[in-house]
Amino acid sequence: MITLRLNGRALSFPDGITVAVALLQSGQLTFRTSVSGEPRSAVCGMGVCFECRVTIDGKPHSRSCQTLIREGMEIRA
Amino acid sequence: MIVVVGAGPAGIAAALRAQECGARVTVIDDNPSPGGQIWRGESTNTWVERFRNSGIPILAGTRVIAADAAAHTLLLETDENSREIRYEKLILATGSRELFLPFPGWTLPGVFGAGGLQALAKSGLPVSGKRVVIGGTGPLLLAVGAYLRQHGAEVKLIAEQANIQSLAGFAPELLRHPRKVWQGASLQWAIAGVPYRTGCWVESAEGRGRVERVTIRSGRDGFPTSSSWTEDCDYAAIGYGLVPNRELEWSLGENPPDVYIARTGEMEFSFVEGEIAGLTAAGYAERAVLLHPKREKAGAFAAALDTTFTLREELKHLPAPETFVCRCEDVTCERLRPFDSFRAAKLHTRCGMGPCQGRVCEPAASFLFGWPAASDEGRSPRPPVFPARIESLLPVTKG
Ligand SMILES: Cc1cc2nc3c(=O)[nH]c(=O)nc-3n(C[C@H](O)[C@H](O)[C@H](O)COP(=O)(O)OP(=O)(O)OC[C@H]3O[C@@H](n4cnc5c(N)ncnc54)[C@H](O)[C@@H]3O)c2cc1C
Ligand code: FES
Repeated sequence: MITLRLNGRALSFPDGITVAVALLQSGQLTFRTSVSGEPRSAVCGMGVCFECRVTIDGKPHSRSCQTLIREGMEIRA
Repeated sequence: MIVVVGAGPAGIAAALRAQECGARVTVIDDNPSPGGQIWRGESTNTWVERFRNSGIPILAGTRVIAADAAAHTLLLETDENSREIRYEKLILATGSRELFLPFPGWTLPGVFGAGGLQALAKSGLPVSGKRVVIGGTGPLLLAVGAYLRQHGAEVKLIAEQANIQSLAGFAPELLRHPRKVWQGASLQWAIAGVPYRTGCWVESAEGRGRVERVTIRSGRDGFPTSSSWTEDCDYAAIGYGLVPNRELEWSLGENPPDVYIARTGEMEFSFVEGEIAGLTAAGYAERAVLLHPKREKAGAFAAALDTTFTLREELKHLPAPETFVCRCEDVTCERLRPFDSFRAAKLHTRCGMGPCQGRVCEPAASFLFGWPAASDEGRSPRPPVFPARIESLLPVTKG
C-alpha cells in the first residue's frame, strides 16, 4: 500500500495505480474547474484530453491519468 | 541508434524486429508502462513480456514534445525534467486516440470515453456494481462492454450508432477474419445479456455535478420516426471511433529523412506495420516486403470496419448552440459554426488553444462543421506537439 495526501487528507491505495484512479477511488469525481466554472473529470484516460489535470507535489496541470502514485505524494484537486 | 516513439503493439513489434536485426534500439512512451492502448496494464501479455525481457531500454512516462528532422533530435519531457535525444533512424508508432463528439452534458463528470473508461479500469479503477451506459460506434464498444462486465460493472446498454444493415454487412467480414474479431470482441458470451442496440446514440447526459442519467435516441433504422428514452447510470462511456495521433509526424515536415511511420489500426494491422517499420529502419527492407501480404489482409479488415461504422448525419446535430465543443477553453458550438476551417476558428476564438492543443476538439469540429481534416489543410504544427513547460523549450528556441 502507498500512503499519499489528497487535499491534505492522508489516504492509502494499492501500489501501481494512477493518481486519476486514486482520486476516483476516494470518491472524488471532480478533478478541476473549467475556465467557465464547470466541474470536470477525467475523460480519455490516456493522456490526450488534459481534463484530469491536478496539482501533484506542487506542480500544477499535471495529468493525473499518466502519473503513478508514489509514497508521500501531495495531490490537490 | 533507432528511436521508437510509442510502446503499443506497433512500437513493440518495431523495436523487437529492429533488435533482431542487430540494431541498437530505444523506445519512448508517454505512459507509465509499455503496452499501448490495448495491452495497457496487462503484465501477462506475451509480447509485452518479450519486450520486457529483450533488454531494450524504454523511457516510460516520457513524452516527445518536439522533433527536429534536420538535426535528427527529439525533445523529451518527463514530470521531472526534459532533455534532447539524437536518433539515426526514427520510428513513429504513436497510435490513436478516441474521437469524442460533443452533446449536451458531455462535459459532466462521469461521462468518459468508451476506451477512456476501459483505460481507467485497466489502470486500477474498480467498476464493480457501477451502472454504465456505453455508446458511440465501433467494435471497441463491445470490447469495453465485455471488459467492464468481467470486472463486475452492470452494463445497462451498448448504444451503437451504426444501423443494423451496415452491421449485417460486417458479419461476413468477421467470419472471414475469425481470430481478430477485434481483440476482446470474440466475446459474444462475455456480453451475453447486455442489450446491444444498433441505430441509437446518447443524445444528452443529465445530472447535478455528475452524470446521473442519459437520454438515448433511436433513429429507427430507416424509419422516418425516431424515439427516445432515458437510462439511469453512474458512468457513461462514449467514443465514436479512433483518430490517429499524427501531430509528431506533421511536425517533422514533408518526407523527413530517416523517419519511418508505423500506421495504426486494429491490433494486427498496427503490429505488422510496426514489424515492417522495424525491419526497414534496421536496413532489412527485403525482409519487410515478405510481410506485405499480411499487412494487406489486416488492412482490408480495417477498411471494412471503417465503412461499417461510418458516422451518421444526425450526430452533427447533437450539440446545442451553447454546448462546449472545445473543453479546454469552453468555446461553444454557436461560436464556432460561422467559421469554415479549424484554423480560422482558432484565430478568432480560443478553440484548440488549450492544453490538449485541439486533439479533442479539432476532429470533433471538423466532423460537425464539415471542415477539412487537419492533414488536408497542409497543416504542419510548430513544436511543441504537446504543451511543454517553458524550461523544456529553452534548448529548442536557443538553437
Ligand atoms: C482508448 C483506446 C482503447 C482501445 N481498446 C482496444 C481494444 O480493447 N481492443 C482492440 O483490439 N483495440 C483497441 N484499441 C485500438 C488500438 O489502438 C489498437 O488495437 C492498438 O493498440 C494499436 O496499436 P498501436 O501500437 O498502433 O498504438 P497504441 O497502442 O495507441 O500505442 C501508441 C503509444 O504511443 C504513445 N505516444 C503517442 N504519442 C506520443 C508522444 N508524442 N510521446 C510519447 N509517447 C507517445 C502512446 O502513449 C501509446 O502508448 C483501442 C484504442 C484506443 C484509443
Ligand atoms: S483523462 Fe484525458 S489526459 Fe488524463
